[in-house]
Amino acid sequence: MFRNTYDSDNTVFSPQGRLHQVEYALEAVKQGSAAVGLRSKTHAVLLALKARELASYQQKMFRIDDHVGIAIAGLTSDARVLSNFMRQQAMSSKMIFNRPVPVNRLVSAIADKAQVNTQEYGRRPYGVGFLVIGQDNSGPHLYEFSPSGNSYEYYAMSIGARSQSAKTYLEKHYESFADCSLEDLIRHGLHALRETLQQDKELNVNNTSIGIVGPASEHETAAVRQGGFRILENEAVDPFLQTMIAKDSGDAGNAPAAGSSSSAPADEDVQMSG
Amino acid sequence: MPGMVSMTQPIQQSFNPYTENGGTILAIAGADFTVIAGDTRQSEGYSIQTRYAPKVFRLTDKAVLAVNGFAADGNMFVKKVRQRLEWYRHAHAKDMPIRAIARLIQTMLYARRFFPYYVYNILGGIEEDGTGAVYSFDPVGSYEREACRAAGAAQSLVQPFLDNQIYFKNQTPAAGTAFPKHLPLSTVLPLVIDSFTSATERHIEVGDGLEIYVVLARNSTALAGLQSLRGVQEVTGTNDGERVFVIRRDLKKD
Amino acid sequence: MDHFPTNWGRPRHEGFDAYGTFPIHQRPTNGPKDAFKEGIERTQQPIVTGTSVLAIKYKDGIMMAADNLASYGSLARFKDISRLHAVGNNTIIGAGGDMSDFQYIQTILDDITTEEFTAQDGHSLGPAEIHEYLSQVMYARRTKMNPLWNALLVGGVKDGKKFLAYVDLLGTTYSASTLATGFGGHLAIPLLREAVEGREDTLTEEEALRIIENSMRVLFYRDARSLNKYQVAIVTEAGVKISESLKVETSWSFAEGIRGYGAQTQ
Repeated sequence: MFRNTYDSDNTVFSPQGRLHQVEYALEAVKQGSAAVGLRSKTHAVLLALKARELASYQQKMFRIDDHVGIAIAGLTSDARVLSNFMRQQAMSSKMIFNRPVPVNRLVSAIADKAQVNTQEYGRRPYGVGFLVIGQDNSGPHLYEFSPSGNSYEYYAMSIGARSQSAKTYLEKHYESFADCSLEDLIRHGLHALRETLQQDKELNVNNTSIGIVGPASEHETAAVRQGGFRILENEAVDPFLQTMIAKDSGDAGNAPAAGSSSSAPADEDVQMSG
Repeated sequence: MPGMVSMTQPIQQSFNPYTENGGTILAIAGADFTVIAGDTRQSEGYSIQTRYAPKVFRLTDKAVLAVNGFAADGNMFVKKVRQRLEWYRHAHAKDMPIRAIARLIQTMLYARRFFPYYVYNILGGIEEDGTGAVYSFDPVGSYEREACRAAGAAQSLVQPFLDNQIYFKNQTPAAGTAFPKHLPLSTVLPLVIDSFTSATERHIEVGDGLEIYVVLARNSTALAGLQSLRGVQEVTGTNDGERVFVIRRDLKKD
Repeated sequence: MDHFPTNWGRPRHEGFDAYGTFPIHQRPTNGPKDAFKEGIERTQQPIVTGTSVLAIKYKDGIMMAADNLASYGSLARFKDISRLHAVGNNTIIGAGGDMSDFQYIQTILDDITTEEFTAQDGHSLGPAEIHEYLSQVMYARRTKMNPLWNALLVGGVKDGKKFLAYVDLLGTTYSASTLATGFGGHLAIPLLREAVEGREDTLTEEEALRIIENSMRVLFYRDARSLNKYQVAIVTEAGVKISESLKVETSWSFAEGIRGYGAQTQ
């Protein structure tokens, strides 16, 4: 006997008014390793945990333009398509108006693309979420983009596996971020990112990426032009890792370690997983 | 009736998509540096449109492009080259090497073989092996690597001077000596400035201002002498080792 | 009388009908045709034209002026045309050349400002962005061999920065503290440079107005396609103001003293 599970087609609502395919796409984002973003009055930063690939580490950050960068969680191939689109948008703004594209418009542009995939027949939603940082006339910004077609601006945000733990940390501390120095902002970010780690894993120079917009830090050795977006990896990350305060020392913002990842609401119409 | 113009056809005054905006550029390669310079006057006919319109553009820390001819084509061409370099940066997370930029420029110019960019390009900078390089192009993409080149309105005034002073053409070395293969920056810079003051004297389309870009190879010995110069400004963008400086000088405005 | 307007305002061809004894019209021919020739209509010449536009930088921003005439050849056809157009709250553009092309440019600029406004995100296009956009449009059209037959000045103030630049039908661009299109490029520019250069940050509005008025007078005296009625636009941090039509004050009493041509009693 056939029973509609309302999840084989993204253009059909379930009786509860949900689009299951879209929710599965949001699950795909949660499969990716975590990324954290924070913003102060002067800077916006991204921190991401790179998952181990066969012979290397996954690329979690992409430069979009001099003033914009993203961190991803989910399907890297979908991220490449979207980041390429963002690069094209950024470049066309430069070509046509000689203006760095306003960050909110860039995010809205991909959100609109993602929305189309939640409404048209024969398509699938993107399986990737972004944290987007950038600066424009109105200062530094942090946005989250998700496959549902939503995009919001945040003071701080995290996405990806066990990101709820990072959110808990960020919620506890976000009010202090606005006036943070870049170094403090990154340390908060690292502390939040650390919360997403599995037991007995640590942040190190191989698995951590840092993305920054805003004036250079004293720990940065490379020249930074006009505070544009740059990605720090490997040795460049080390000075920032050194600033972290050990979790058991009590000063580290003592966030609750237990991630509440199994708190997904129970499905009311059908069993979605066997 | 001989010499009579038929009035049955419309008088066609067809649209000419080109003009010529004057000015002169030059570049000289040293052993571990390159100098790329251009005046800043932009003119059309006998009118000076502006006294400050840059013709020399930093592309990367290893490459500087000077563009001369039809200004609208020149600006658009630089914009398109920069666009391609940005995509290269996205793909490879590094700056394109200068010999690759040179080939890219030839391809982009030749793509418009039958509606050319009416511009003469000179590309100067540092090769991957650390040597100074100058590439010069014609409007449809023919190019070669040289030690020095002048182009633009006063090419015919400046190039023979450079041939004589850089290549030592029509000079004979003193017995038992040889001419140096490369000149030091302290010799090259005055040659550049003299080239432009002289061109300004003798050519109406040259003058107003002079912008000299100096690209230094990693650990170039020319650094010390350069930093003591009046009004030198560093425009280096990365920490790759190569460094870019601009020196600005006034030229006569008459 | 030549009744065909296309020939108006053009010098008569002297090798043919030197005395204008009979009308010479351009008539459609019935001979063999290039089937593709009429497929595309391109602007090969301007029809209704405006003459010079002047603009200078002064203490508070940008001042721009253009007269109210749109000529049809040598016929002073429209005498109440505005050749200045505000784009958003920070930018003014002024046009010489073909007026229909200019009015088309106004519509596309109005379209992009509306689009920008409806985004409602706090970002707006300033004079530099408008100029870049116009340059791209003008250059693209020249590259298609279908130019918008204009010389345009774009001026404005945004975020405390004054901006003044030129773009024309070839896509040629440049920027300076005094600019003029058309005849003004020859007659007014020397006067403007003399009066303005080095004083961009000290000239008051009154002084700037006087400089502009004087140049407009010189142009009216010497440019046969000009009118003694003009408008001045002022762009400051406070916004764009385009004046009512002003009159060029002229004096012709010197004509009495001229000897050598014209009706003379002595």
